[in-house]
Order: sequence, then structure tokens, then C-alpha cells
Amino acid sequence: MSPVLRPISGQDQGAFMSLWSWNGLWPAIRLSLVTGLAATLIGLAITAALFALFQGHRIFRVFLRLVAPFLAVPHATAALALTFILAPSGWIMRGVVTLFNALGIPISQTPPDFITINDPGGLALIFGLVIKEVPFLVLMCVAAWAQCDAPRRRLVASALGYGRITGFWLTIWPVLYPQLRLPIFAVLAYSMTTVDMAMILGPSLPPSLAVQISKWITLPEPLYQGMAAAAAVVQLTLVAATLLVWRFLELMGRAISRAQFQSGIRGLSLDGPIKFFGLVFGLVGFGVLIFGLLALGIWSIAGFWPYPDVLPQTYTPRVWAEAQSGVIKATQNTVILALLSTVTAVLLVLAVLQSEFLGKRTYRAQRIIYVPLLVPQITFLPGLYQLTLTAGISGQTLTVAFAHFIFVLPYVALTMGPAFRAWDIRYAMVASAMGASRKKIFWQVRLPMLLRPILISSAVGIATSVAQFLPSQLIGAGRIETLTTEAIALTSGGNRHLIGTYGLVQSLFPAIAFGLALWVPTLTYRNRRTLRAPK
Amino acid sequence: MKITDGLVLDHLTIFKGAKRLVALSAHVKKGEVLTLMAPSGAGKSTALAAIVGALDPFFRQHGKIFLDGQDITDLPIHERHVGILLQDDLLFPHMSVAANLAFAMPNIGQSKGERRRLIEQTLEEVDMPLHANADPATLSGGERARVALVRCLLAEPKALLLDEPFSALDQDLRATLRLKVFELTKARALPVIMVTHEHADALAAGGEVISLMGQALDISKT
Amino acid sequence: MSQKLKKIALLASLALATLFLTLQAKAQDKMPTVLPADWDNVLNEARGQTVYFNAWGGDPKINAFLEWLSDVARSRYDIHLQHVKLAATSDAVARVRSEMRSNERDNGSVDLLWINGENFAMMKSGNMLFGPFAEQLPNFKYVDRIGKPATLKDFTQATDGYESPWAMAQLVFEYVPQFVPTVPKNSTELLAWIIKNPGRFTYPQPPDYLGTTFLKQILYEVISDQVVLQSLATQAIYEKETAKLWQWLDAAHPFMWRQGQGFPASESALAQLLADSEVAISFSFNPGRASAEILAGNLNPNIRSFVFENGTIGNVSFVAIPLNSKSKFGSLVISNLLLDPLVQARAQDPAILGFMTVLDIKSLNLEDQAAFSQLDLGVATLAPDLLGKSLLEPDVSWMSMIAQDWQKRYGVLK
Repeated sequence: MSPVLRPISGQDQGAFMSLWSWNGLWPAIRLSLVTGLAATLIGLAITAALFALFQGHRIFRVFLRLVAPFLAVPHATAALALTFILAPSGWIMRGVVTLFNALGIPISQTPPDFITINDPGGLALIFGLVIKEVPFLVLMCVAAWAQCDAPRRRLVASALGYGRITGFWLTIWPVLYPQLRLPIFAVLAYSMTTVDMAMILGPSLPPSLAVQISKWITLPEPLYQGMAAAAAVVQLTLVAATLLVWRFLELMGRAISRAQFQSGIRGLSLDGPIKFFGLVFGLVGFGVLIFGLLALGIWSIAGFWPYPDVLPQTYTPRVWAEAQSGVIKATQNTVILALLSTVTAVLLVLAVLQSEFLGKRTYRAQRIIYVPLLVPQITFLPGLYQLTLTAGISGQTLTVAFAHFIFVLPYVALTMGPAFRAWDIRYAMVASAMGASRKKIFWQVRLPMLLRPILISSAVGIATSVAQFLPSQLIGAGRIETLTTEAIALTSGGNRHLIGTYGLVQSLFPAIAFGLALWVPTLTYRNRRTLRAPK
Repeated sequence: MKITDGLVLDHLTIFKGAKRLVALSAHVKKGEVLTLMAPSGAGKSTALAAIVGALDPFFRQHGKIFLDGQDITDLPIHERHVGILLQDDLLFPHMSVAANLAFAMPNIGQSKGERRRLIEQTLEEVDMPLHANADPATLSGGERARVALVRCLLAEPKALLLDEPFSALDQDLRATLRLKVFELTKARALPVIMVTHEHADALAAGGEVISLMGQALDISKT
Repeated sequence: MSQKLKKIALLASLALATLFLTLQAKAQDKMPTVLPADWDNVLNEARGQTVYFNAWGGDPKINAFLEWLSDVARSRYDIHLQHVKLAATSDAVARVRSEMRSNERDNGSVDLLWINGENFAMMKSGNMLFGPFAEQLPNFKYVDRIGKPATLKDFTQATDGYESPWAMAQLVFEYVPQFVPTVPKNSTELLAWIIKNPGRFTYPQPPDYLGTTFLKQILYEVISDQVVLQSLATQAIYEKETAKLWQWLDAAHPFMWRQGQGFPASESALAQLLADSEVAISFSFNPGRASAEILAGNLNPNIRSFVFENGTIGNVSFVAIPLNSKSKFGSLVISNLLLDPLVQARAQDPAILGFMTVLDIKSLNLEDQAAFSQLDLGVATLAPDLLGKSLLEPDVSWMSMIAQDWQKRYGVLK
């Protein structure tokens, strides 16, 4: 932590002065703020609309089944997939040019010179963030749904003549939202602090604060190291302030719905247009992502694939063949690290949540586990590396697993906590009155009823661990290769063949975890209507 | 003189801040039903929560509670042997009907077969012999209420609390279920405290009717 | 967790930490000062060692080359060479820095590091490097110190033997002949071409290494007296000499790719633009890159390369040994191996890597010379005599001032 703390302690006043004189400071702050808030708001609105309108329809079940793979794809891979579709030299333009050529319409055979990705307004970045966030938020809703008593509420609302959207907003949202609050904060924090997505999709003149920090920290001069640390402090403050702004938005939302209650507006006319936009978003947004991933798959076996060809001229299995040897060892490490860190996190969170439930004192200090979500990894991990060196435990699997654990824990806590706390405690009361001990209630009543949220948050933990780069690379002292350290090193050359291959390989293990999380409860409770997936 | 049978409330008082919500002294003998009547929100459920042991620490409680001579005031819920039936059946959704019942049965070393037989017997008592393996979500409201009742009784409580357990049902079902409940509690000689705002329930109970402050209520004039 | 438990855990870890620190302070330096005076001794000590070679992993051809090198190291010297794939050199530098701060003197995670320029300057001045060793390597005598002075000077800083060269780099432009009928011979002609072909040229965003190199190249072209670049930049001289550079850029930007409203992030990103036909003229530090990429099936076979008639900037890729490397003997052997003529010839083969050699071919024996002359350098590679003059890198101060100035002028969209 010391590099971060030094500017605060005044030893590096110069760093803050240099940061202040950077002409990109305010645009970068504005960019981080706007894209973070916009992406979170839009993602939340889309998730809510999806649940309000389509939950219960068959198409929704199909949609949920598709969600798992998108959650498993690393953010960087998803961003690169988008790039290949949306860039002026990307698949869409290639399709257009090929079509025009076939029809004999004259068109330039080189890509047009307009900005789609890396646009100064950050729209491409927002788009990419929303595409990754909606599946996550949908997943959180799925975890919370059983505790919402939704079918009954919806019945009442429609019987009273409310449209689906308004009915949802007034009757289900107030119960659902508190369980989503922590995941939303995580999404907001991520949107504002992401480095890889912002680097791939976001503007560069100037880039977001997070990207600039990661650029400065690689420059050897101490001046830049200091500016990076100072900027990290600014970023932390910015994210904290934005969370407060979000709280304020919550209060506003509550006031609006209260006013709506009074007015009795049924809002039936909202359903149509919102359904339309929801379908449009679903088709466009996920279409882009699906095609992007498909494109990456093709790149992994492609030979020469020039513009404006829609398909490669030659194919080769070379990249997969070459990848084989490195992948096996890396996969072993990745799986071990993910299981170690996630299982520990899940057990710890369950233990803490249960003791909180049993009335034992809860420490506000617990909130410190969320700090890793807000502070850029690059600023405190070197300090942690030094600690592990001094203790002589650097480069070992257990140490790296612990480093992963630091980042897995907050995600597990915030994805499991809400569902856990929202569980109807009257079940515990009647069970107690029947003479059941606390242990018996925990293992036989509470846990089985919370199977879905627990599996989901385990899957989130696994995905988080798999995606870790710096902890593996730095704390592992270059000894522990994981799929992600290999992927990032290999893809830093921009080689699309490698991006395709490694992107797919990186996604496999988390995809399995998410698939199980969504599928096992359905299977286990196939005879228990209440606990099956929200259909 | 020490009372050694039934449920005794000895100056049980509950405060919410400075306001006194409940002040009860009563002796409910075995097989008898004490009815607490009060308008909604007055604190009926709070009174029952205190007796079962689940009072929210937000409230302050004074006085003592005795069951069959034993002071249960400071015991945790699972040691009190006081059963409770709520308005919602709260059947465990992840267990079948039989599993729900089995959960309640005290473990006294019966064999699996013996437990199974007991479950079937119990279900017959409430006219649901074929529902052992059913998913609780597939049962009707009345069926769920019956299962909740026998589940509660299978735990062999020494007293029973009823928190408006019939209010979710329609009139006919209500009457049938009421009869069943009192029939079973009389057969098991359980002291019962029922909380309701329906006069019909109080009449069917046939016992004393008091307010939350302990005043006797005359329900004959409806 | 109860308060008491937390306190005990805290005390225990403090105690443990103190214990380790004291042990570290008392530990003797297990590795005696190593000067490769007796090469046989070095070879002996190196047997069985594992060398963690930290090098950029973004190019599968480099990775494959290093795997081949591992095989040679194992069969010839019984050394286990492990390529640690980096996304950026700074990752490894950060690790070494952390280790030095914790007084980790013997067990560093980096044994050998591919490095040059600013990173080298910083590590050297920070006393993080082992040396001097380079000039004592047996194969160093083949290095072309006269014809390629950059092998001894890294960005005007004398290497003093703290890093050993292994590949030459020189800035070359790569282009699509269809769109460039006459190849630009200097910056003026390049500017004219850019204006005539809007949206078909760009450079990586400074402070990216290749991006600032391009700026320095233009500076070389427009500057009145090249000599000043070899010394520290003073404010007055800097402002006078760079004025024409900014003029050139102001004229070029509106006609560049994305009208100068965006720049590719790195050398790889720029290369991707060329492969995607978004730009028609690109550049890179590796004269053999285009040919190698053509052979790898990533680039259009029509691509060719050119240089400016007054020369282009050249520099050298080095390897250095961190002071806390635990396999110093092994690292020395590998550094020497990299200078082996047959290894250098293989690296120059565009089917393998296409990296230019640092050796003076005429100083080799006839057999080794043949290995070089037989190489097909590739269809897009300029022959050594056509590569023109290799200009020396300017002093580091020029690069940092240019980067900062660029940031002020173009770093934020108006």
C-alpha cells in the first residue's frame, strides 16, 4: 500500500501537483464518470425491463440458458470480439463491401475512415460494458428471484389493471432492488475502473483514468510512478463519490414511485414501446456479441484473412496445435487456484453470514473486503509481492491462491449476501419451534433453499479467479502460468489468431461453472416447483 | 402454590419503547384454548413471538413464562417445546410432504420403516393418505394448512400457539380446519393460545377470550 | 472471528515477519561475485541451472524461437531455459524492483531480461543489474561494434557491459505498392503523400516506444544540426529544433487516419491496421517483420518496405541480468548463446523471426558466413546494403520532452 499512501502522507506532494497539471485530468475524470454511470444505468434498466416483460415466457428460459457462456467470456475477449464486428475493417463492413461487389455497386476496397470503436464520446465502451453487465445483473436477479414472491405480486398488479412495466416497478422492484444493490455497486465500480475494456473500446485522447494509471505505472521515471499513485487516490475518491451519487438516485427513484402510487397511473402504454426496445436491444446487443465470438472462433483456425473477405482464404489448425502444450499446465494451475480461492471464500462468507444471522456481533470493518474492488490492483499488489517475498512464500500456489482470494471474496460476498439475508427467517422460526437445532436448520433448511444463489456466487468467484492477471503474474513471480497470464502475454501482440484461441480456452472453465450453477438447481429441484428456475 | 400443568404467563409485559403493548397473566390448562383478540397491528403476533422465544430485540420483555412447571422464559426457541402455526404454512419448499413431516419428528431411534408408518398414519388423520411424496407447491391451500398442522404436532410440542392460522382460507375450509385443530389439540391435551380478530374463531375455541392487556372480552354479542 | 482471535493472528504475523527480516539481514550472499574470467568455470557452474528468461510473449514466432533455444541450451549445456511470457517489460522490472526493496538478493524471479532504452537506464542507475559481463562473453568478439555502434550505447548511454546485445533493430517503413507509386525519400515527400491520401497513415500514440521513435525520426529529418540530438536537450535548443516537428505534425494530422482524433495504442495495433488494410504505409523496428508476417500468413504478400535516404533510427535489443538473479552462471551462458553465429543466423531467417543480426559477418569463419549469405531474407525485406544509414538514438532527454510536449498539444481532444 505504501506507494499509494505516500502521496497522501504528503511525502509526494509533487506527484499531486504533476497530476493537476496534466491536461487530460478533467476529461479523463469526466469520461470515467459518464461511462460508468451510463453503462450501469442502461444495464440496470435493460435487466429490469427484461424481467418485467419477458419473465414467464418461453423465450426467457431460452435467454437464461444462453446467459452462461457470456458470463464466462473474459471482459477483454468480449471487447475484442466487439472490435472485430464494429471496426471499419470489421465483419459488418466486410459484409457490406462483399455484397456491393457482388451486386456490382462501386465501393472502396479499403476500409472507410470513420471512428466506431475508440470514439471520443465513449459510446463503444458503454456498449461493451452494457453487453457484459446485463448477463451479470440478470444472474443476480435470478439469484434473488425466489425471495421476491414475484408471481403473486404480478398477479395482484395485473388484476388491478397495471401494465407489466408499471406493475413490476411498483410491486416487485422495491423488493428486488435491495438485493441487487451490492452487485450494482460492483458493476458501477468495475465500469469506472476497468482497464482492459477501456483500453480496447474506449477513447484514448485522453483515456479513462484507470487506463492512464496503468500506462504511467509502466514508465520507469519516478515522476510517472508518483502520478500513477496520485491518480489512484483520485480514482478511489471518484468511485466513492459516484456510489454516493447513486444512493441519491435511489432516493429519487423512491420518491418517483411514491408519487406514482398516489397518482394511480397504470402505465399500460409503456409496455409496447419498451418491449420493442427490449427486443431490439436483445437482438442487436447479443447478436453483436455472438457474432463477435463466432468471429474469434474463426480467427483461431484462420490462415490468411484479408479485408474485405468475409471468410478466411485459408484455414490452419496450427494455432490450436501450438497452443496445446502450454494450455494443459496453465489449465491445471487455473483450476486449482480457482477452486482454492472460491471454496474458501464461499465457506467464509457463509460462516460470516450465518453468525450475523445468529445475532453475533457484526463488524463494520467487514466492509474492508470491498476495497480491492475500488483500488487499482497495480498500486497495491507490488507491496503485497514485497510482503510475500519477505515471508519467503512468493511464487507458490497457495500464496497466489490467497492473492486471488482477496478479489474473489468481495464478489462472492456481494452475490451471495443479498439472497442469504433475504431468506424468509420465519422458516427458521417454525423449524426451531419444532425442536430443530441451529445446525440442523442451517444444513437442512437454509442451505438447500439457497442452493441456487450459492452456486451462482461460486460461479462468479470462479470466473473472477480465472480472470485474474496481476495476482498470478506478480505474486506468482512468473512461476505460475495460468490461462490468463498466458493469454494476455500472447495477445499483447494483437494477433487475432491467438486472441480467438485463448479467448475460447479461457472461457471454458467459467462457462462450465455458470452452466452448473444455472442447471444443477433446476435438476435437483425438478420436482419442486417453487425452487426451479424463474421461468 | 406452584402450578405444574399447562402454560402459565406470569405478568408477561412487552414494551415498544415507552409504550406498553402487552400485559398478560394467564393460566392455560391442558386441552384448553385461550383466545387473544385485538385489532390488526396491536401486537398480537408480538405476544406470540415472546412466548415462542423469537421476540425481536427491539422490544423489551418482562415477566415469566412457565410450561408444565418449568420456567422457559430464558430458553432458546428449540428448547421450549412450544409449537407455532402461522398464517403462511411455511412448508419447506425443497422437501416433499413426507420429508417435511419427518423433519419435525424427534429422533428417538425409530427405524426408517417406523418413521414411514407414522407419517402415513398422520396423513390419514387429516385425510391425505396419498400425498406423502407430493411437492408442497402442488397442494391446495387447505391441504397445505393441514400438513402444516400435523407437522407442527409431530414435533410433540407441549403447547401450541396459533397466529391467525385460518385467515388465508375461505369460510368453509376455515370451519373444517378449525374443528380439526381443536380436535387434535384436545386429543393431545395441549394448552393452546390462539390469536385472531375473527369472532367465529373465538367462539369455536370455546375458551376464555381476552385482550392484549388481559381484559376479558365478551364476544357473545357480535 | 472474535476480537481476541484477530489480535492473536496479528501478533503472530508481526512476529513471523520480524523473524524473517532478521534472518534475511544475517544471510550471507550465497553467490560470490561472478566475473566470467574463466569461461569453463562458468559452464561448469551453469550445469543444471534453471534460467527464467523474461521476454515479451506477444509474438508466437519469438516464443517458438525461444523454445528452440531451450532445446539447444538443454542439449549443449544442460541448462533449463524457461521463457516467462510477459505482456510488457515493465512487468518484470516491477517485480525486480519490489524484490530489491525487500532485500531479496539471491532468489530473484527474473534471471535474464530482454530490455533496452529507458528501462535499462533506470535499472542500471538503480543498481539493479549484475555486471559488467557482456564484453567478457566469448562470442562478444563477433559483435559489430564499429559498424553498429548502437551495440555499445543504449540511447546514448554507454551500456558499460551491463547488457549484452542480441538483435538489431532499424526503423523501416512498410507499404502497399498499389497505393504508393513513388516511395517517399524523406519527410517532406511523406507529408505530401499523406495529404494526397487522407486517412491512410498514422503512428502509435506517444509515449509508446514506437510512436516517440517516429517523432524522433521526423525530427532527424527536419532538424538543422543532428549533433545536438546526442546531448542533453536544453530548453532553448529543444524549442528551436522541435518547432519544425510540430509544424510537420500540424500539417499532417488532419489528413491522417481518423484525422488525428485517435491513434493506435502500440506497435502491434499499428501492424494490425496495416494487415486490415486500414493504412497503406506503416513502420516498424524490425526490417524482417513484414516478410516474416507474410510467411506466417498474416500479411498481404504485396507489402514491401522502404527507408529514408538520409537514414533511419536504429537500436539494439539487449538482455540483462538482474542483480538478484539466482542463476547468474546460466544467464551468462544463455547471453553468450544468443550471440552464437548459428543462433543469430537462425534468428535472421524470416521463416523463423526475421531479426537483424548484431554480428559483423565478415569477422566470422567461412562456414558461419555461408549460413548468413544463404539466407533468403524475404520478399519484403531490404537487403543490408539497401537499408541505408542507421541513425543513433537521441539522448533520453529528447524523448521525454517530446512525449510530454506531444501530450500537451495533441493528448486531449479539443
